[in-house]
This record gives sequence, C-alpha cells and structure tokens, in this order.
Amino acid sequence: MNTAANSPARNTKVMNRFDLTSRLVAKLKHEEAVIGGIGNTNFDLWAAGHRPQNFYMLGSMGLGFPIALGVALAQPQRRVFALEGDGSLLMQMGCLATIATLAPKNLTLIVMDNGIYQITGAQPTPAAAVADIVAIAAASGLANSAWAADEEDFERLVDQSLAASGPTLIGVRIDDKPGVGATRRDPVQIRERFMLGLGVREAL
Amino acid sequence: MAAAEAQTVSPSSQGTGWQEVVLQTLKRNDIRLVPYVPDRILTTLIKGLHADPFFTTFPTAREEEAVGIVSGAWMAGMRGAVLMQTSGFATLANVLASLAVPYQIPLIMFVSERGTLGEFNYGQALVCRTMRPVLDSLAMEHHTCTRLDEFEFIADRSIKQAITTQAPVALILSPLLTGGKVFDK
Repeated sequence: MNTAANSPARNTKVMNRFDLTSRLVAKLKHEEAVIGGIGNTNFDLWAAGHRPQNFYMLGSMGLGFPIALGVALAQPQRRVFALEGDGSLLMQMGCLATIATLAPKNLTLIVMDNGIYQITGAQPTPAAAVADIVAIAAASGLANSAWAADEEDFERLVDQSLAASGPTLIGVRIDDKPGVGATRRDPVQIRERFMLGLGVREAL
Repeated sequence: MAAAEAQTVSPSSQGTGWQEVVLQTLKRNDIRLVPYVPDRILTTLIKGLHADPFFTTFPTAREEEAVGIVSGAWMAGMRGAVLMQTSGFATLANVLASLAVPYQIPLIMFVSERGTLGEFNYGQALVCRTMRPVLDSLAMEHHTCTRLDEFEFIADRSIKQAITTQAPVALILSPLLTGGKVFDK
C-alpha cells in the first residue's frame, strides 16, 4: 500500500510519528523551540505535551521549515526544531537551498515521510515511489542529511545535530497512522504563548 | 528606461531616491531581516541592502517562503520585511489568510507594481488586477506609493502601524514612484 517503502534508498524501519515526536520532546531541557507543520505533525506535537516553546501551524502548508528558519535567525542561541511532512516539504522544496545558504547551526529539520497525504485520505504523494527526500536535501546543500534507521538512530541523530556546525535534516519513515491529538485552533493564543515561551513578550 | 534610471539614486550616495527612503525607514524601525524575490525595479534597493551590514538580506525561492521566514523571526523578536513584485504577491493569498492575518503578524511587504502604466506583458497586466481585490478581501492595509515627497511618511507610518496593531501591510511601489519597467527590446 505504502509505495514509499518500495524506494530503494529506504533501508530504514517504518516508525510512528507520535512515538518519534514524544522521543524528541522528552529530550528537550533547554527551552528549545519546536515548529509543527500543518496537520498531523502539529497534532502529534500537541499530543506529546504542550510546551510554551511550541508553535503550531494551522494553514500555510509547507512553511514549517521557513518559519523555523526565521526563529533560528532571530535567536541564534536557541536550538530550533521543525517537524514537517513529506507532502508539505514537496510544496516548498526551495526552502532547503535557502536554509543551506544561510546555514544556521541551531536548526534541526525533521521530515516525517509516509509517502502519503494521510489527512486527506492517504493518497500517495507524487514523490512517493521515486524520490528520496534526504538525497534531495543533501543535493540542496544540506550536508548533514540522513535517514534515521530506527528509533535509537533517530535519537542519536537528534543528539548529533546539537553539536553540528550547520543545519541538520533527519528523514524518518513513518506509518500511515493519523495524528494522536488535535491542536486547539486558536492562532492568536498559539502565537502569543509561543512569543512568551521565547522570551519575546511578557504576560499581560 | 533612461528616464526611470535617471531618477534613481544609489543608496550609497547622499540621495533622496525612493530606494534610500526604504533603506533608511527600515533602519529607523529596526527592521533587519529582508528576504526577497527580486524584481528589476528593486535591483538598486537590493544591492543597497546587501551592502549594509545592518541588514540580513537574501533571496528566497518563493514569496511565501519569505513570508514564513519573517513571520518566524518576528515571533522570535526580530523584525523583517519582504520585497517582491506584483506577480509574486499573487502567490500569497493562502499564507496571508492562514498565517499572517489570523495569527496577527505584522507582515511588512514592499511590492513593486508591474502590470500598469505602460505594461508590455498582458499576463502582468492581468495579475496586477488581482492584487488589490485580494488585499481588500482580507481587509488588509495597503497603500499605493506614487510620490517621493510622500513616500517616507507613508512607509514610516505604515510600518509603525503594522507593528503596533499587529496587522500586515502592503506598500505598493507604483511606476509613478519608481519609473517602472518599460519595454526596451
């Protein structure tokens, strides 16, 4: 069913988005910013336990990485993670080269790749059977790009990204499960709480 | 073309050209991050931004990418503005309606206006007609800048209003201000 699994480059375990997101969030001890892209990526970020430094994107498909780049440029001392789906990244592939050019060393990009638009009915993406997102990222200039072989490898790659001298992209193959939670869709609250969490604002 | 170029002033000179007004107004309002998708009209301004270490300025592959970047940066405490041309603005309806407006982000856009007052490409003329209806449909603040003597007032006040009211603004740079792009081949 999932044609992504047929791609020759994917000698990697099929994991689960919520499990991986929970593993990431469990590692965060220094008020790291996390940007959740549209749909399931931010639903699972929400379900993994809300943090003041989380930003949940409710539209603007494909802009998870650009938003994260903006945060990383504005606060170079803070580690920034971004969670995107493969379908979202396909919509804004050019941002990989922009990020490679600016090369913020505090940015870790995570692509949740199930080869489908899960939320719209699990239709395969145009790239599912043929394209390798990590190879595309590397060819876009992001030298620190790798597939995570399994959960342990994912955690290792996350740790490794913290010490990297440039941005990192981690590709993870995931199953076709929907997100676990549902983000409260209040854009102003999301934005204001995020700004409080980043120390930009003081509470009213 | 010669007439248009004659009225531009390089940002490094003492000039009072519109490009210098943009540059100084951005500076005065502490707007440091300026991603852009280029336009012929914006060439001198973009050169001036790159030449000034105050600014972090770079091209993006799409206009909405630039909007995402300045939105993230603003939430993290760094002010930005996006430069584009009319046809680039036409790609933005989704991000304006789903990010900038509902999240109350003071997105500042400078749009060099193609498609009017001597346009030679019919497609540009048509896409230009979509710009103000999109802005109006979202009740977004926008001004068409036509005169150099008013430009600093409009730009400075609009930037301040965008930031204090947390609402996006589009400053449309008319060929009356910039000279526009004319058919020269």
